[in-house]
Amino acid sequence: MSSELAIRTEDLRRVFRTRKREAKKQKREVVALDGIAFEVPRGELFGVLGPNGAGKTTTIKILATLLTPTSGHAWVAGIDVATDPKAVRHHIGMVSGGETSGYGLLTVEENLWMFSQFYGMETRAARARIRELLAVVGLSDRAKTKIYHLSTGMRQKMNFVRGFLTEPEILFLDEPTLGLDVQTARTLRGFVSNWLREHPDRTILLTTHAMHEADELCERVAIIDRGRILACGAPSNLKRDLKHEDVVRLRIGGLEDVRPIVATVPSVSRFSQTAHDDCVEVDVILANDAVLTGLLAAVEAGGGTLLSLEKRAPTLEDVFLDVVGHGFEEPNGGGAS
Amino acid sequence: MPSDRRFRETLRSFRVATWLGWQIESNWADPFVFAIYSLVKPLAGALILVFMYAAIAKGGVNSPLFPAVFVGNAMFIYVPAVLAGISWTIIDDREHYGMLKYVYTAPVSVFAYLVGRGVAKAAVATVAVVVTLLLGTLALSVPIRLAGIDWLLILGALVSGCAMLSLFGILLGGVTLVTARHNYGVGEAVAGGLYLLCGVVFPLETLPLWLEVVGRGLPITYWIEAVRRALLGAGSPAFNGLSNGALLGVVVGSTVVLAGLAVGTFRLAERRARARGLLDMQTMY
Repeated sequence: MSSELAIRTEDLRRVFRTRKREAKKQKREVVALDGIAFEVPRGELFGVLGPNGAGKTTTIKILATLLTPTSGHAWVAGIDVATDPKAVRHHIGMVSGGETSGYGLLTVEENLWMFSQFYGMETRAARARIRELLAVVGLSDRAKTKIYHLSTGMRQKMNFVRGFLTEPEILFLDEPTLGLDVQTARTLRGFVSNWLREHPDRTILLTTHAMHEADELCERVAIIDRGRILACGAPSNLKRDLKHEDVVRLRIGGLEDVRPIVATVPSVSRFSQTAHDDCVEVDVILANDAVLTGLLAAVEAGGGTLLSLEKRAPTLEDVFLDVVGHGFEEPNGGGAS
Repeated sequence: MPSDRRFRETLRSFRVATWLGWQIESNWADPFVFAIYSLVKPLAGALILVFMYAAIAKGGVNSPLFPAVFVGNAMFIYVPAVLAGISWTIIDDREHYGMLKYVYTAPVSVFAYLVGRGVAKAAVATVAVVVTLLLGTLALSVPIRLAGIDWLLILGALVSGCAMLSLFGILLGGVTLVTARHNYGVGEAVAGGLYLLCGVVFPLETLPLWLEVVGRGLPITYWIEAVRRALLGAGSPAFNGLSNGALLGVVVGSTVVLAGLAVGTFRLAERRARARGLLDMQTMY
């Protein structure tokens, strides 16, 4: 593979086989990845965007050498992850969000120092870097705190620091801002952007289900659902491709579920629904303006009341809706016309 | 990978894991409480043996068998400490701390890491062994005299014993890697079985023949016998046919065989764990 590529996968497939408890001899197969193929050049921040269970974490686990693929190939830093995992580990770092890992009896500083030593960092340089990164994530005052005293969010910040501490050549960030407050998540996103600017030879693969995060950070994103890449490209390009269609958000009162109604309207190419206490919100992608009249008439005939209507520029969420056929939080909820 | 880089990585992994192991081992309590615990636990263990022997064995602690049993029991403290300690690291890091996946994605020598984590347990066990032997010598007339110790034999036995127990720990660590559930007792269960089979608290020949054969096939049996001979000048009559050199040769030879078995088993288990996605599995906590 070209040395310009930090990551490459080819027809990557992963099937998990589990035994059903009730019938021990019967095996159940779950296809987590179904022929994933993508390439990430060095220096790029590449996003893998998809809902829970789409296969994002499985992809990262394979690339980080924690899991072997059922078939297909993956190379990280030009090294086959299946045949030479140990060599891959000299080039990578990983941060998983939303977890509380760490040696609870050690302080934040000790946890981080220990990892710096695994990578052979000189102690003085490691301590300076730890101080610098803890300041970035706002954990300086907790450096001497044993981590079992930290909240989940604080532990997550510490893990984030651990990932960047050794400045790895290729970094896997698996939902790094999951569960963090808005301000902290924004700070971390800013840090990631700056870090890549300062280290243009480094590569980041980020998985997320936060559309705005992918939109803000990633040079390219792969939209993944049920183990398959459905679209891949720069967020701006993906959104531009949608511009020939209209994206409309309707807020409708008087109905709990408008999906059966919307599904009957011709030329509604995609829609998703979010239920609120007082209304339902429906994002609809229309083939053209003329469809809107028919749609509103159908809603009214079904007993619904239009509370508001907003026509807007496409977002990554709309791209997802368009290529997947349902909204992000409703795996079977939306629909395709 | 160049060999000097591999050596540095191994040394680094061992050093950091030893530090981490000691922090975990000693940090769970106040230093004073930890010191008391380190003394009281072996003393209590030795006293249980003494009272058990006094109550059951003919002649009690004055029985000619008692010194060999006492030394065997004292040395066996190392077995669960090192063996279960190393395999426990897999469970602890994976299930409790959630860190095994980060260790595995770092440039770490996993063998050196596991052995390093066992060092702290071995250090605590050493205190327990010394305390127990002192109790035996000073209060129970166990005939250990500094001038009578075969230093060459004890040194050889301790070095090869450390290697052997570490390798047993790695072997069990491999088993632990692929047994995602119900694996908490693996180390202790194996140590319990070895306590029975290695002639620790009674002569090997008192076991049923088939168990005696199993016991004679275990390197720990010979290791304990070597330590007995080194400290007491005599061991179990069952091994009278073996000279000290031959005994040490069996320990070293079986350790070499065990090395191949342990490394092979662990690598196989590692491959299986990666294939099944068990390296970061959290099943119990």
